[in-house]
Amino acid sequence: MSDYIIEAIKSGIFETLQMTVSASILAYIAGLPLGILLYATSKGRILSNRPVNFILGLAVNICRSLPFLILLVLLIPFTRFVTGSSIGTTASVVPLTVGAIPIVARMVESSLSEVSPGIIEAATAMGASPIYIIIHFILPEATPSLLFGAAYQKDVLWTTVTILIIMVMFIQESGNFIAKKARK
Amino acid sequence: MTEVFRLDHVSKKYKNDGKEFLALKDVSLSIEEGEVFGIIGMSGAGKSTLVRTLNRLEEVTDGTVSFYGQNLTGLNAKEIRKVRRQIAMIFQSFNLLGQRSVVSNVMQPLRIAKVPRAERKEKALEMLKVVGLEDKKHEFPARLSGGQRQRVAIARALASDPKVLLCDEATSALDPKMTGEILDLLKDINTTRKLTIVIITHEMSVVEKICDKVAIIDDGNLAEVGEVKEIFTNPKSEAAKKLVFPTNPFDPSSKDSRLIRLVFDGLAASKPIISELVEKTGKKVNILCANTKSVGGIGYGQMVVELPKDKEDQDLIIDFFKKGGLNIQEVEKA
Ligand SMILES: Nc1ncnc2c1ncn2[C@@H]1O[C@H](COP(=O)(O)OP(=O)(O)OP(=O)(O)O)[C@@H](O)[C@H]1O
Ligand SMILES: [Mg+2]
Repeated sequence: MSDYIIEAIKSGIFETLQMTVSASILAYIAGLPLGILLYATSKGRILSNRPVNFILGLAVNICRSLPFLILLVLLIPFTRFVTGSSIGTTASVVPLTVGAIPIVARMVESSLSEVSPGIIEAATAMGASPIYIIIHFILPEATPSLLFGAAYQKDVLWTTVTILIIMVMFIQESGNFIAKKARK
Repeated sequence: MTEVFRLDHVSKKYKNDGKEFLALKDVSLSIEEGEVFGIIGMSGAGKSTLVRTLNRLEEVTDGTVSFYGQNLTGLNAKEIRKVRRQIAMIFQSFNLLGQRSVVSNVMQPLRIAKVPRAERKEKALEMLKVVGLEDKKHEFPARLSGGQRQRVAIARALASDPKVLLCDEATSALDPKMTGEILDLLKDINTTRKLTIVIITHEMSVVEKICDKVAIIDDGNLAEVGEVKEIFTNPKSEAAKKLVFPTNPFDPSSKDSRLIRLVFDGLAASKPIISELVEKTGKKVNILCANTKSVGGIGYGQMVVELPKDKEDQDLIIDFFKKGGLNIQEVEKA
């Protein structure tokens, strides 16, 4: 009986890792460009564009303020459309990713905002285009901050998700266990 | 003489949250090839705004800025970027890339201009030699002193063979010794490379040391512009007087006495004028302040003296100084 639980925890941990890692990677793939856009289009920045910034900001804020469980439920049709199912390891990656994208985007935005305006001014004076400045000046200068932020953010994401899933599994398994015991 | 920059009736209005601020008011001036042109003024006068209109980091609200006869206002984004590659700029805060080595920093403008990599490196090393920092090529800016960082910035500015170098308070973050060294380097670059240099500063000593011409900006207005030695010896505007002769530190011993300033050029500076005065007229003056400076390699001096109370004596003494070829100005009393 306890062997079974250990087995379940083992596979649970493995699945958790699978979900969080793939969700993190996907969230970064989408969150990085979104963060860059949020940064570049905000007021006084090199591609400052009020409407674009407003809409992106609004979307990000809405997603961020939704409790994860509600997001999960709301996303069921989308999840089913993407993965063909609404439950299971693969399916859970979808809401996890969607939930993490705005967090990553805001984190990227704040890392980029730390780059000194002087560097951007110097680059502009050298005759670099805005896109060039983002790729060759702002991103490299923000790299330490981006990596630090990512490390920090990953910790939070991992811990929360791991605890959540272990808890759910524990309750489930003990429920099963009690049920089996009762049936005897 | 070829004109590098020409500003015609340039005005700049900042708009922030409905508030308007006129930072430049109808400024017209011309900067010629090969000169070291100073722009001096108090903090907030509009110096940075003015220099930033030269490469259109700041759009003008009115008037035109031309670079070698080309009106910058009409250019599209791509065209202005091309022009900017010929106008290098250095800053008070150096603005080097902290994540890149010294040599990589110097290579940046060449990379923007799509120069092949091997060539970029060669040119960057050559520029580091010019500023005397070849041995620091693999260092990161964080490990350099302020003076060294500014040298790297200068090397970076020179790398793309610009036609002009704009310096916005390039020495303001440095101590006097470093300032002297950087100014010497700039002067050297100006003479050996025939590079036109525009220097923004709030310190008269910087202008005295390396500028040929100077424009004085006061509250967004161009108060005065001309040869440094002309303005130094004979400032006309109030703003110029304030800068050349720092605000009145003189306290006369009696309120009837008169304060005058004697300004003498290289020639008169060598004459023992005060002792001659005593010898020839028997009148004495009280010296309140005296200093000589080197402007463009020629010694210039100024002296503030207090004249005796008697009106006749005053006239006699002034007459004596005038005959001696001195430039005389009244000084307001504290
Ligand atoms: N983006 C801006 N928006 C509004 N006002 C501005 C802006 N930039 C500058 N100003 C104002 O314009 C005036 C001139 O500024 P500028 O930076 O050109 O002064 P400065 O002569 O370079 O001063 P300092 O010696 O302190 O650098 C100042 O009063 C400043 O507050
Ligand atoms: Mg300034």
